[in-house]
Amino acid sequence: MAQEKLPDRKIAVPKVVGDPNDFLIVAGLAGSAKDMAHLTQEAPNAFMFGGAMGGAVSMGLGLALAQPKKKVLVVTGDGELLMNMGSLALVSVASPPNLSIVCVDNGHYQETGNQESHTNLGVDLEKIAQGNGIAVTRTVKSVEECEEASTVLRNTNGPVFVLLRVNEEPPPKGPRNWDAAERKTIFRRALLGTA
Amino acid sequence: MADKSAGSTAWQDQLYDTLKDAGVSIFSYVPDAGHKILINRSLADPDVHSIRLTTEEEGVSLAAGAHLGGAKSVLLMQSSGVGNCVNMFSLMENGRFPFLTYISMRGDFGEENPWQIAMGRGTQPVMEAMGLKCIRVDSPEDIITATKAALGMAFKSNCAVAVLLTQKLLGAKGF
Repeated sequence: MAQEKLPDRKIAVPKVVGDPNDFLIVAGLAGSAKDMAHLTQEAPNAFMFGGAMGGAVSMGLGLALAQPKKKVLVVTGDGELLMNMGSLALVSVASPPNLSIVCVDNGHYQETGNQESHTNLGVDLEKIAQGNGIAVTRTVKSVEECEEASTVLRNTNGPVFVLLRVNEEPPPKGPRNWDAAERKTIFRRALLGTA
Repeated sequence: MADKSAGSTAWQDQLYDTLKDAGVSIFSYVPDAGHKILINRSLADPDVHSIRLTTEEEGVSLAAGAHLGGAKSVLLMQSSGVGNCVNMFSLMENGRFPFLTYISMRGDFGEENPWQIAMGRGTQPVMEAMGLKCIRVDSPEDIITATKAALGMAFKSNCAVAVLLTQKLLGAKGF
């Protein structure tokens, strides 16, 4: 798999996401939540999962349907997405033009001891997204490819799916707020002006 | 039988109208015969999103996302689908998200399919263990009262609420 040539997520995720203020953000648990908590400094427009594995994409869909004038970005990992690949079918059928998904694929369940995931053993989540009917997809395997993907996330009528393949370097560390009720209130107050 | 089916159509239409009047704009579901009228109403309604799920837990996190964005969502599922949602209910508790689901019961009063019995028995205890408040409805005249109570508890008190449409209400499917 030539993993050593894949980019470090600490460099590639910020490049693909670009300015996080361009989106309402939902981040799946573990690595992706750490990536996005660090990148956004837990800004009000980001909601990070700490559990409920498999729920990030459908939560992003609910948000995208509720806020059709805003761009919604789901950032999640290969393990989280593998747990509920059917959510790509929902997204494809509902076809919200304002929803983009970035799957940060390190091929491992890093949080639980770095066991190999299915994507390191032949499963290609971009093809799965395509097979579900998502028309605009990309696989990014180098820092050079990040910028084009970042543009597609912003400027293409979605749904858009970007598979960002990264090496096994860990996500950024740091404390974060695990109180989802408080994060929900912060998010809604900033977006809607009400808790 | 003709009278009973005409009556059941009336309460399901009333239920749909009550939910829509309360501002519900997203209906998500794994199809079930007990929810057929609501599903068809949502599909025919240009004012709402009618979302086919592949597994019921998607409707749980979808409801949380809808609330983040200021919309109201309802999940329609069969009792067997509750088993597919259990871990996702933790999102609702930790986030104190409003959540309203309608459960068409199988495996209870008069069930003739043995495969439904176990999850039918487990449906309410499992939901209560995960913090959902359960309201059972056995007769058509109670559905609107139950729905108004459930809407208030969910969307004003940030509770997770399940309205169980029992087989006394829906009738048992014959095998």
